[in-house]
Amino acid sequence: MITAERKPLDEILESIDGCSRILLVGCNECVTVCAAGGRKEVALLASALQMASMKKGQALDVREITLERQCDPEYIEELTPHIDQVDAVVSMACGCGVQEVARRFKKTFVYPAVNTKFMGASEGPGIWAERCQGCGDCLLGLTGGICPIARCAKRLMNGPCGGSTNGKCEISDEVDCAWHLIWERMKELGIEDRYEDVISAKDWRTGRGSGPRKILRGDLQ
Amino acid sequence: MKTESVLEKVLASGELAVTGECGPPRGALPDVVKEKAALLKGYVDAVNVTDNQTAMVRMSSFAASLFLRQMDLHPVFQMVTRDRNRLAMQSDIIGAYSHGINTMLCLSGDHPKFGDHAMAANVHDLDSLQLIQTVRGMRDEGCFQGGAEIKNPPKMFIGAAANPFADPFELRVSRLAKKVKAGVDFVQTQCIYNIDKFETWMEGVRERGLHEQVYIMAGITPMKSAGMARYMKNKVPGMDVPDELVKRMAGVPKDKQAQEGIDICVESIERLRQIEGVSGFHIMAIEWEEKVPEIVKRAGLHPRPKV
Repeated sequence: MITAERKPLDEILESIDGCSRILLVGCNECVTVCAAGGRKEVALLASALQMASMKKGQALDVREITLERQCDPEYIEELTPHIDQVDAVVSMACGCGVQEVARRFKKTFVYPAVNTKFMGASEGPGIWAERCQGCGDCLLGLTGGICPIARCAKRLMNGPCGGSTNGKCEISDEVDCAWHLIWERMKELGIEDRYEDVISAKDWRTGRGSGPRKILRGDLQ
Repeated sequence: MKTESVLEKVLASGELAVTGECGPPRGALPDVVKEKAALLKGYVDAVNVTDNQTAMVRMSSFAASLFLRQMDLHPVFQMVTRDRNRLAMQSDIIGAYSHGINTMLCLSGDHPKFGDHAMAANVHDLDSLQLIQTVRGMRDEGCFQGGAEIKNPPKMFIGAAANPFADPFELRVSRLAKKVKAGVDFVQTQCIYNIDKFETWMEGVRERGLHEQVYIMAGITPMKSAGMARYMKNKVPGMDVPDELVKRMAGVPKDKQAQEGIDICVESIERLRQIEGVSGFHIMAIEWEEKVPEIVKRAGLHPRPKV
């Protein structure tokens, strides 16, 4: 999933300074799963914004709505009846959702209420960790199902650096050494000999190297 | 011979080679580079010039290497993949070679977290092994990494680092084998304090015949004090300092600890030179370059061979 974390309240308040009516829009997909911008978080933020405004002696009208998917134009249309009645939209979706709202409603201010973090997975209650950087040319088949691009702090593609200690990365005891994990997994799969296959310099054109990317599927157009 | 590198010539002659290290200053201070380099002249075959070591901005390795060349010293031009992409690295390699710098060391570099620019982007377009492949391709195939032909390709003697002490230990011989496969000519190891563990690693290296495919230079760093020994043991990732050494350093009065550190260093060289497959020593006397002549002389590695 795409993970996100809510921005500090003060930053959100600052972005909507001068607004008296806002539309607070959540998303029912990834940000709901990582508890950053679903229906529940929309309700909590709405209350927090209203209370903060009241303290300043200002009235803030917050309309709440949570879309099925904020990165999908079809669902964005649900906002249409509200748009003319608010000064700004505050989106609790990932950056994709914020941009879809901005693309649809050209004359409406849209502010993000979360910081989009990474593509990751849940490692336990309240813990999400990065798993993929979307390089566009997946090499997980070569590395035992563990991505060194997303999970090695130096993006090393051919083995652990000299700082790997007791299975942990040199940057922090909290971070697993990706190549330690890869090696352990290779041993379990009985493919240790594959470690010495050199992975040559990557062609980053499949990633951000080629500029903003697009997928075109003729069969679906 | 693959190159004109003096280090390659010494290693190929079968003599134990000696390299030193010069960390460039954090400012436009050419005299600091020249003073450090002058201390090493005549006592080492080549001098590593570090590249923004510990992820702190310093005078570039290229510029400092150039000062060494002008003093008729032979720099080992260090290059980390952390700060530059393959365009920048290859252009620096051609530039350095144009100035007579023909020996280099390919590294991934310390993480920015450890330096004073923790907010910097971490490039890693290539990793250290891919940089080795790139430099070898430039030399042996006369091609840039992108495939185009190079006019007068740089003939670099290619080095890399090897850390026998990092984890997972069982992977460390393979890690060297992989660098050999990528085309490395020599490696300099992490500072060796745990000689028993180093011997175990070297056994694995010899079993695979790797010592006949790559020159292995044993890394040596003299410790100035018991405090430094404890710091290296506890704070430096991938460093293995046995308790006995810390105790030995702590067991002598403070004003004698520096001398004890030099003694340990000389004894280590004595023991390491007996190990089959050790081709030389890389003496990293960090901000203590003036001690290198004493270490080299006492270890019986002086005078340096004329090649």
